[in-house]
Amino acid sequence: MEELHETKLKQLELKANQIRQDIIAMLVEAGSGHSAGPLGMADIFVALYFHVLKHDPRHPEWPGRDRLVLSNGHICPVRYAAMAHAGYFPISELKTLRKLGTRLQGHPHRLALPGMETTSGPLGSGLSQAAGMALALKMDGAPNRVYCAMSDGEHDAGQTWEAVMFAAKYKLNNLTGIIDRNNIQIDGYTEDIMPLDDLKDKYESFNWHVIEINGHNIREFVDACATAQTIFEKPAVIIAHTIPGKGVDFMESKFEWHGKPPNKEEAAAALRELRTLQGQIEAGHID
Amino acid sequence: MNPNLYLIKYLLKPEMKATRDGYGEGLVLAGEKNKDVVVLCADLTESTRSLAFQKKFPERFVELGVAEQNMASVAAGMSLAGKIPFVSSYATFSPGRNNEQIRTTIAYNEANVKIAGAHAGISVGPDGATHQALEDIGLMRMLPGMTVIVPCDYEEAKKATMAAAEIIGPVYLRLGREKTPLMTTFDTPFKIGRAEVFKDGRDAVIFCCGSLVYNAVKAALDLESERISAAVINIHTIKPLDGETILKYARRTKAAVTVEEHQIYGGLGGAVAEFLAKEFPVPLEFIGVNDKFGESGRPDELIEKYGMGVAAIKKAVKRVLARK
Ligand SMILES: Cc1ncc(C[n+]2csc(CCOP(=O)(O)OP(=O)(O)O)c2C)c(N)n1
Ligand SMILES: [Mg+2]
Repeated sequence: MEELHETKLKQLELKANQIRQDIIAMLVEAGSGHSAGPLGMADIFVALYFHVLKHDPRHPEWPGRDRLVLSNGHICPVRYAAMAHAGYFPISELKTLRKLGTRLQGHPHRLALPGMETTSGPLGSGLSQAAGMALALKMDGAPNRVYCAMSDGEHDAGQTWEAVMFAAKYKLNNLTGIIDRNNIQIDGYTEDIMPLDDLKDKYESFNWHVIEINGHNIREFVDACATAQTIFEKPAVIIAHTIPGKGVDFMESKFEWHGKPPNKEEAAAALRELRTLQGQIEAGHID
Repeated sequence: MNPNLYLIKYLLKPEMKATRDGYGEGLVLAGEKNKDVVVLCADLTESTRSLAFQKKFPERFVELGVAEQNMASVAAGMSLAGKIPFVSSYATFSPGRNNEQIRTTIAYNEANVKIAGAHAGISVGPDGATHQALEDIGLMRMLPGMTVIVPCDYEEAKKATMAAAEIIGPVYLRLGREKTPLMTTFDTPFKIGRAEVFKDGRDAVIFCCGSLVYNAVKAALDLESERISAAVINIHTIKPLDGETILKYARRTKAAVTVEEHQIYGGLGGAVAEFLAKEFPVPLEFIGVNDKFGESGRPDELIEKYGMGVAAIKKAVKRVLARK
């Protein structure tokens, strides 16, 4: 992976801020959808699409591409926004989210949008698919990596752990899991709804290589992705500690914002806040 | 309209309420009546309207997280130990994702578990196809011993929930997300397995279920002005099917249309077709989703686009009359 220079890092941070603004605009226009998860994962999706992934937005089917599976499909606004900025489709199309005839379905659909590797929304089946891709690529001796973004909530589902065991059995070292460890799900905080305890211990005991990071530190994430590529005979997982709703004060760490969009006033307030942050990044006040 | 059913008379500007709300209130009433009623939920407590029960009977509420397969079989176990569990989730996940657990640990066991599938149908809207259950009636109808109920409105959903708690054996309750027209009242009779004749008619019969009963009634009332007399039968229980009423109206009209917010295969249409093919074949037309997945959009847009609006029902009645 290419080195991440300071100037590029700052560009990426600005891009993440822009994507957060887009997410707010998309959700208020759609009138439904999820706020907390997408905002929390903006830094990571920017890092993926603008630094980590091997991909070609003009040729979404390029065989040499890395594959990104989004298992927790409800956070798709962040992926749509990152893809639009990367050049997969016009940024103006973001406004069609969730509307009749759109390519930006409420939960992502593989056949609707080039570059969307698979369909998701129902939780807990992404890692199995990512592991299937990784195994098939390995069979062909292909160098591509498979990334699988997941949520903490979907670790309630048995299938996730079936896939965890499977990936370890087949030593899928071309697979990198990324967990949005934001501690919320719909009904409340994860540790109240279904305690996950220490995910690191769990994954390690299932024979995965585990890297824990601050999910809002793009450099930490990029470094973790680079480390993951060096692991022999094991899949790797990056547990990204994130703040749901990141960047919008009144949404941060509140499970109530899991599945609702801001109304007009809330959106205006959110955008004001994000623009202030943008100014601070530009002025170099935030590292 | 049938005067004996105490239906709401003024249907042009109906009061709107969601069937999931009827379920939520029915749960509380069933819980008050019987202390063995317990409610299980998989991280969807507010949107399945299990919340009121959780607040009222916290010690009888069980949260499983995002784990519908576990939920189905935990419920089976609880019922085998004497409880009357209601499991609440979205229909795509329960009975979708956990279908085999329902098949073996609930249905084959004859476990006394009630499965509530909320957000059924294409009218889920903007969430898109992954969240729009269009095959759940079929999945549940194929299981031996499973009672399948599709309430037409909030009031009927409330009664169906209470009735499900009373009968012994597995029950599937299909619920919608959107607010839909109220047609029935507190006094409207409801009995599992007995269809209700909402509107009488001589030329054709519309067998319908769920919130589309409203569209069927509207279509039939419109058709009166074109001198077409169509009966509307609310088949709220898809299984066991009320064969007697279906046969009676098939014989009388010799032309039938089925209407449901489901794939046209395997649901109400399938049930009626299987029955009439054997008992009294008549021309049939099917209103429902025609072998497609849904998509994001507004509920009303999707109902029209996928051919379940009032105009589509009227056309189907005319088509079936032409085939008589
Ligand atoms: C199989 C399945 N069951 C239930 C749901 C409904 N659902 C959507 S998101 C969600 C919460 C899961 O928590 P998490 O993914 O951690 O949410 P976030 O952190 O983004 O708020 C649930 C239960 C689903 N999408 N799939
Ligand atoms: Mg979460």
